[in-house]
Amino acid sequence: MKVNKNIAISESGFIFNPGTGDSFSTNAMGQEIIRMLNEGKTREEITDFILSRYEVEKGILEKDLGDYFFMLGTYHIVQNG
Amino acid sequence: MLPYERPIITRYNPGITNKFGSRVDYFPFTQIDGVPVKRIIDEYGSPCFVLSERTIRDTYRNALRAFSTRYPKVQFAWSYKTNYLNAVCQVFHQEGAWAEVVSMFEYQKALQNGVSGDQILFNGPDKTADDLRTALHNNSLIHIDHFDELYLLSEIVREGGKKARVAIRINMDTGVYPQWDRFGFNYENETAWEAVQKIMGQPNMILTGLHCHIGTYMLSTRAYHLAATKLAQLALKIKSQYGHRIAYIDIGGGFASGNTLKGSYLQGSDVIPTMDDYAEAITTALLGSGIPTTELPYLYLEAGRALIDDAGYLLGSVVAIKRLSDGRRATIMDFGVNLLFTSFWYDHRITPAQEFSRHTEDMVVYGPLCMNIDVVRENISLPLLNRGDQVVVHRVGAYNMTQWMQFISMRPNVVMIDREGGVHLIRERETVDTLNQQERTPAHLRANPQQ
Repeated sequence: MKVNKNIAISESGFIFNPGTGDSFSTNAMGQEIIRMLNEGKTREEITDFILSRYEVEKGILEKDLGDYFFMLGTYHIVQNG
Repeated sequence: MLPYERPIITRYNPGITNKFGSRVDYFPFTQIDGVPVKRIIDEYGSPCFVLSERTIRDTYRNALRAFSTRYPKVQFAWSYKTNYLNAVCQVFHQEGAWAEVVSMFEYQKALQNGVSGDQILFNGPDKTADDLRTALHNNSLIHIDHFDELYLLSEIVREGGKKARVAIRINMDTGVYPQWDRFGFNYENETAWEAVQKIMGQPNMILTGLHCHIGTYMLSTRAYHLAATKLAQLALKIKSQYGHRIAYIDIGGGFASGNTLKGSYLQGSDVIPTMDDYAEAITTALLGSGIPTTELPYLYLEAGRALIDDAGYLLGSVVAIKRLSDGRRATIMDFGVNLLFTSFWYDHRITPAQEFSRHTEDMVVYGPLCMNIDVVRENISLPLLNRGDQVVVHRVGAYNMTQWMQFISMRPNVVMIDREGGVHLIRERETVDTLNQQERTPAHLRANPQQ
């Protein structure tokens, strides 16, 4: 999964897609996930990283990540592959 | 380890902004009258209704002040159907309210709560002959709804010595649509006057009062002014034609609470009249009606919703969060329309009971019932919620604890917080035994025929 190249992300979590004109906001956890996606990390690596740093159970995190990636795909912010 | 917040992404929708559609709460609601929400849920379970005795008393006293500082003779009668939990009724009775009932079951509750029979207003279209006999025996105030009831009562009073103290319920045009004309006798077409004539011709009936109840969740004080004016004019006409003085005018209730009606652009608390506004409209109409000051009738009030709604809270928990097919967030709570009947017409305020960040999600809030109609809020912006999080629903004191349904799940505990912060269980949660004790299974259909 990769973040589309034309997506602009500010430090405050503001996301702009110049291709569609859509803008979004994401919270700090979302920013961190997008940062890791930009670094080329896999879903498993992202999961391990969050589990090592944050107070969250694996089952809950996997459910939340699944939902978040689904929304990133729906909004054309990421592409699979 | 760092605190975790699940990742979210929200799309901005320029061009359809609505400043009133955004979040309204910036702080968690963690306590009710100083008692932690978490503690109540730990001890009494989730969901759980909570009533604040302090708020009930403060609200009642404010209403009494609003009317009694403007009019010399004021009497409230607690509307049992709004919330007939005995503890709630007793708070109102301790404050001086009489009882207003609309069924024999409520009537019996009022008697058992120690209300004197002559301080019960008996309303409603369905009073049986036995109901009327009981009310007559106890010298209660019988509010006649229709001619059939009048004739039935007429037969009953002939049975024996007692005179019935009666009022007639009157419906009228107060400029409000839809006009409530299904209850009582109409003012404009003179059916009400016809009823007056018939009662005045009955030696065993005393026409004691005139009653109206022009609607519910009324946002117009002008309508009350008109209603009070019309009843006062009728009282004057009765005095003029029969030399008979009406002892009281019962203006009913229907005053709005701070809840927000579905479809309302503004928050309920921003648009409803205050109790002083209602009082001003009603009392100026009576005082200016031409009735001599020495002969002013008592003003009876049967407000329910406006006196109890704010005192009620529903505590609940998040069962699950999920994503709908169109991308909307859905949150499933452990309470639904079975407990929150008023969610059919209110956009109830819901506040998380634990800390949250500045981020919010637009969501649908569903109840736990396996029924499609179980929608608590069709669209609400709330902080991020997770399974197990606790929430507080506000202003649920009116009608929910009487119109709640035993459907799919059982009715939960109801507690009252007294003025010192003591928490009292005032209605125990129902169990499968509660349900089964009313059932009778024929022997040949029993799982265990020996039972």
